[in-house]
Amino acid sequence: MISLEAHNLTVAYDKVPVLWDIDFELPTGKIIGIIGPNGSGKTTLLKTIMGLIKPASGYVKVFEQDLDEVRQRVAYVPQRESVDWDFPASVQDVVEMGRYRKNSLFRRLTQTDKEIVANAIEKVKLTAFKDRQISQLSGGQQQRVFIARALAQGADIFFMDEPFVGVDATTETAILDLLTTMRDEGKTVVIVHHDLQTVSGYFDHLVLLNTRVIACGPTAEVLTQENLSNAYGGQLTLLSKIQSIIKEKEFPIREKGFEKR
Amino acid sequence: MNNLLEFFSFTNPTVRTVVLGTVLIAVCSSIVGTYTYLRKRSLVGDVVAHAIFPGICLGFVLSGSKNPIFLMLGAIAAGWIALVLMDAIVAKTKLKTDTAQAFILTFFFGLGTVFLAYIQKSGSAAQTGLHDFLLGKAANITQFDLAVFGVISLLLILLVLTYYKVFKLISFNEDYAASLGYNVKFYRFLLTTMTVVAVAVGIQAVGVVLMSALLITPAATARLWTHKLQHLMLIAGIFGALSGIFGAYVSYAAVNMPTGPWFVVFLTFFALLSIFIAPKNGILSKLKQKRINANKINRENVLKTFYNLMEHGAEQINTQLILEKRSFVPRVLEATLHKLKHQGLVQRKGNIYSLTEEGMVEAKRVVRLHRLWELYLTKRMNYKEDHIHGLAESMEHIITPEIEKDLLKELDYPTQDPHQSKIPY
Repeated sequence: MISLEAHNLTVAYDKVPVLWDIDFELPTGKIIGIIGPNGSGKTTLLKTIMGLIKPASGYVKVFEQDLDEVRQRVAYVPQRESVDWDFPASVQDVVEMGRYRKNSLFRRLTQTDKEIVANAIEKVKLTAFKDRQISQLSGGQQQRVFIARALAQGADIFFMDEPFVGVDATTETAILDLLTTMRDEGKTVVIVHHDLQTVSGYFDHLVLLNTRVIACGPTAEVLTQENLSNAYGGQLTLLSKIQSIIKEKEFPIREKGFEKR
Repeated sequence: MNNLLEFFSFTNPTVRTVVLGTVLIAVCSSIVGTYTYLRKRSLVGDVVAHAIFPGICLGFVLSGSKNPIFLMLGAIAAGWIALVLMDAIVAKTKLKTDTAQAFILTFFFGLGTVFLAYIQKSGSAAQTGLHDFLLGKAANITQFDLAVFGVISLLLILLVLTYYKVFKLISFNEDYAASLGYNVKFYRFLLTTMTVVAVAVGIQAVGVVLMSALLITPAATARLWTHKLQHLMLIAGIFGALSGIFGAYVSYAAVNMPTGPWFVVFLTFFALLSIFIAPKNGILSKLKQKRINANKINRENVLKTFYNLMEHGAEQINTQLILEKRSFVPRVLEATLHKLKHQGLVQRKGNIYSLTEEGMVEAKRVVRLHRLWELYLTKRMNYKEDHIHGLAESMEHIITPEIEKDLLKELDYPTQDPHQSKIPY
């Protein structure tokens, strides 16, 4: 069964195409890494999947449906640095956000919600810190708060943006254990990751990315010398020349009528 | 003095109107401003406040009166146009946000001043007092104004309470809110509109020039007192209300005094006060913590010196002996010994001091931590033996019982430190 399909996806950031006509499919029930060098479009891909950036062309299907149809089954863990941790909130407050539903503005959290939240906090081993103000947590603990919030959503597929960046050893182990448990429960976890050294230990399946998809498949098949040198071995000079022309003259990336093809 | 009594007895109906109006305005701006502050839009508040000035003038010209409803409509329209222009500048040109803000703020405010000059020259009798919108004049609040402001303020507060959860979510993490399917654009629009309206309501009392202080300062001050968003809104509202009452009093007692500057003076007074006395973050509590630490260090150092002296066979310990072993300010040593005696850790017979049983346990603990840390530094961090004493000297006061437990486990309950001294248990 396919958990995610990207079809002819082209995404521009500040008018420069960052992802260029990419196609791939991901399996269900695996820990999947999206890897590639800096500026290869990993985070952009994740944000496009989550509907935060509109693609110039193509589409993404989650569980063979549009994102809006399956939102309840999808959870997002943004980069830790993307928020101000000085915000006046406790660990409990943030994890509770995972139980917010857009159609129930006035609904208070039920007993079930509270149990789910407590359970999510327990799973990331932060129960002792649940009333702690989030600015007083370490980087690793903050990352775990974000993961607990996603867990509280009760989703089937998780998209995490660089969850291993700047975390301590305890957090790394805690996250990895958690990922394994989640996979064993049949969940799919898609992780943007940039550290090549740890790739083979972490992931079952890989998408190797550099503006286009270089390889996609089981980790052992993707991690070949040829693929890696294709992804990391220098920029494509011709491509970057074209990118700068597009930016300068503001050419459209796709002509009219080709947006969905 | 009579003024003061008359004002604070609230018997005069005019006083009641003015105070109620100002407090409502202040509370409403403080609460709406909490989100402006949390979303780091402080300067946007300032832009909006300045930008609504020409709107007020236009509202006056078109309606020919100072009816607050027309003035506010003009204000809200101008505020919105300014924001839309600002966003357009950022999106369509190379100019950055701060430049666009400065550009829009000065342009709109300049335009407003030109309008005001034109209106004043026209000599219409109704225009007197229009310049009070620059720096605010709470005393001018009429019964009718109060009704209008009251309804709008309550509406805004109600909106904040209704959308509390969503506003919290959006202010903390917009992307995540969008991933849950929330219409982030709509809520952003709602929050911005509420800010514009709050500013438009507030200018009667505070004036356009200083209005942003009423949005931001209460929340920023309240942030020093709490880590909880509900409390933050509440405390901000209280600071706003208190400043409002004092501002209204000044406006009432001193006839030609504008209210806005006094408002800001009181708000800033609360902010400064909070910087001093706020729990944990305040300067006073930091000083207090420093003193507590210094006392702890002194006490533990004295106890440790006792142990060291006894380790070397000393039996009759007096202050002189202690001072020979370790340098203390004599007066501090006396005071510390006195405190230790009071706590039952040290006993005194004539000039001779000795450790009580409890004192011995405590002294051993300090020495143990010192020696454990020395061992940790040499074994785990590869420090040379001649470097470790100074580092351990400060760590012995910091290590908690939990860390001690971990340390013991990691070093496998050692009996000797790197200098071959016994580690006491």
